[in-house]
Amino acid sequence: MMDRTIYREIKLTPVVWLLAGVLGAFIAAAGLALLYVEHNGHIVTGMNNQIVWGLPHVFAIFLIVAASGALNVASIASVFGKIENKPMARFSGLLSLALLAGGLAVLVLDLGRPDRLLLAMTKNNFKSIFAWNIYLYSGFFAVVGAYLYVQMARGMAPKVIKQVGTAAFIWRLALTTGTGSIFGWLVARPGYDAAILAPMFIVMSFSFGLAFFLLAISAVYRLSGRYIGPNLIKRLGRLLGIFAGAVLYFTAVRHLTNLYAAEHADFERFILFSGGFFTQLFWIGQVLIGGVIPLFLLFHHTDGSNRKHVLTASVLIILGGMAQIYGIVIGGQAFPLEIFPAYTVNNGSFDGAIANYSASLPELALGLGGVALTLLIAGLGVVVLRILPLNLSDRNIDPSKPDF
Amino acid sequence: MKRLFASFLILIGLMGNMALAGEDGKSSLYPAVPKATGKAHPEGNEFMRINHMKLMRHDRDETTLLGNRDVKYSLKECVACHAVNGPDARPVSVKSDKHFCRSCHEFAAVKIDCFQCHNSLPDPDVVERLTMLPQKNRELAAYLKEVTQ
Amino acid sequence: MKLPALKTAVKDLSEIDRREFFKAGGAVATVALSSGVTLMAFGGAASANADAGKRWGLLIDVNKCKSDCNACVTACSDENGWEDTGNPETDAQWIRKVDLTHKQTGREVSLPMMCQHCEQPPCVDVCPTGASFKRADGIVLVDKHACIGCRYCMMACPFKARSFVHEPVENQKSHAPRGNGTVESCTLCVHRVDKGGSPACVEACSETGHGAMMFGDLNDPASEISQALKQYSSIGLRDDLRLNPGVRYSNL
Repeated sequence: MMDRTIYREIKLTPVVWLLAGVLGAFIAAAGLALLYVEHNGHIVTGMNNQIVWGLPHVFAIFLIVAASGALNVASIASVFGKIENKPMARFSGLLSLALLAGGLAVLVLDLGRPDRLLLAMTKNNFKSIFAWNIYLYSGFFAVVGAYLYVQMARGMAPKVIKQVGTAAFIWRLALTTGTGSIFGWLVARPGYDAAILAPMFIVMSFSFGLAFFLLAISAVYRLSGRYIGPNLIKRLGRLLGIFAGAVLYFTAVRHLTNLYAAEHADFERFILFSGGFFTQLFWIGQVLIGGVIPLFLLFHHTDGSNRKHVLTASVLIILGGMAQIYGIVIGGQAFPLEIFPAYTVNNGSFDGAIANYSASLPELALGLGGVALTLLIAGLGVVVLRILPLNLSDRNIDPSKPDF
Repeated sequence: MKRLFASFLILIGLMGNMALAGEDGKSSLYPAVPKATGKAHPEGNEFMRINHMKLMRHDRDETTLLGNRDVKYSLKECVACHAVNGPDARPVSVKSDKHFCRSCHEFAAVKIDCFQCHNSLPDPDVVERLTMLPQKNRELAAYLKEVTQ
Repeated sequence: MKLPALKTAVKDLSEIDRREFFKAGGAVATVALSSGVTLMAFGGAASANADAGKRWGLLIDVNKCKSDCNACVTACSDENGWEDTGNPETDAQWIRKVDLTHKQTGREVSLPMMCQHCEQPPCVDVCPTGASFKRADGIVLVDKHACIGCRYCMMACPFKARSFVHEPVENQKSHAPRGNGTVESCTLCVHRVDKGGSPACVEACSETGHGAMMFGDLNDPASEISQALKQYSSIGLRDDLRLNPGVRYSNL
């Protein structure tokens, strides 16, 4: 027999209060960083006229990409009919909203003129993918919000849930396509200008979002003393492994395609061999920590529970994902524009030279504030709403094989 | 009870304001609007107080987007005509609360961001143009009419 | 947008006078002052607006540009009020000098780089608010009233022509407003062009005697620049992108 799923709020224990306090402190630090940068201008950050997007953008893009991926579990349940994921679908929706809110907060607070946010919402140039993203992001809130509502409302027909879930699934694909196209459509820079970036961002979202989801749900369950079946984690871990492998695949195709084109050879040499920090970030950060080791952990499991392996792999995938986005965002800008392909530049204003960037403390504070905001929103959600089931036993996978 | 207390406070405030009203019927809390050099706006001060932002916004778009430099309401002319001199007999910038725009905007609690990009000090060239004698202007106009006919 | 208030204002006598002058005069540019005072001045072109029939451009003869000369950069800085604050990585750079050596032949050249005023400007395409725009006469500008400082245009520009203002600015030139948190670039001295003048860099270059820069209307076949372009071969930078820049280089 399958367990009856009973959703209940998480109790406010002293530990939960303590965590909320810590997150609040991070958000306050981000607020201070914002005021500091607003008052002094971006000169106090590490960003400059060569590296115009810095660490805040790395955090923002990671969170936005992960937002789309955090919806995986809900999509698998509603759209693809995997019933065992159904009890986690509400949390999946909530977490994706929280991640998007955190990411967008970082993105808009790093604007040169954040006071003009309203202008960005009302005056749009629809030839700009950025302008489209404004609608994709706000639409995501609406669609996933509706999805959460139909999941939680009493007596909602399963057909309706499936329809709204499908809409949310399509929307998140569009959203990540939009995010990837921010870079993919930059024709002038050798580090971008690649259509593959859009589908690659979708696969990255699958992987990073699921990793974030696994860590978040495990943390909440541990904190509240509720039970998750090891097989449930194991199965999602296997899925995570497939996604992490797909990210590696897309990465390989992207770089191999670039290597084949003579005009992009210099950029590839920079990222893959001679780029110093960026090369290390690629091979050690993205490929080894974010790809090879997690794959090993997820697929080379011995008998018994491999919950620890899955969670370790999730942490590594998130670290590798940050490295990957750092490499795309900062590495793509650090490599100089090729304005005079037939010439070498002897002397110019940073023309033909690798640009320097070192992130400043306010940038880090702003980025971490976005992560804290995400966690606080998700935490608030599970405390005030009936998001999480009392237990997530493996009975839901196969009722004939109870795990206790 | 709270609501009652709030209404009471508002009433006191209103009475106080009435008591402070000067002879022209304006509250003494009204900001001291510095006088401008040059001729008064033919539209009248009241009209300008209410509509200056619309006029300026219209003309700023004319100039920025369409390249029309021949507009009637440009910020640099506002700033030139309404310059207020400080103790050193030189125009003050918006950093001083004596600045024309600031004196009123602070009173109205309306934040403007014009001077993040525009200079709040008068441009000497614009001042020179504005202070050209009307007589000289008429002569020039008559001359122009002659040559263009 | 219709403004009833404006209509009444326009009835001001001086405005009517101004209109008559405008109708009558060919080479007369007039400036209406705030309170019924009208100033008239003689100028080259009568047009006070960005003219859709024109396309302003530059032709830079790389052979005439000297490596040790920085006159165009200095002139631009003086004209538009951007300056060296000792932080080269964050300082505004509306125009910069670049020295190059040809990879195969070893030929050394020097040239000025600025906004290339593309016909298909990527910065305009990517700008989410439409702050980055191209005027009817081909000049690419930033409307700083609408710029939110997202810097996406700087990511998209193939020429690194744009700068982000990293610090609060004071005492700007009244014809070149610029402020913290917005993006800026070469305006082709639009304030001078609108009054029939030419960009400060071109003027400075000709004053040095090098005469490496030429300014004019690319659409007018009789203009000096069109004639020169017809006679000598020239390229636009990154011609592979098909952006059709308004700035062209000869002998590069």
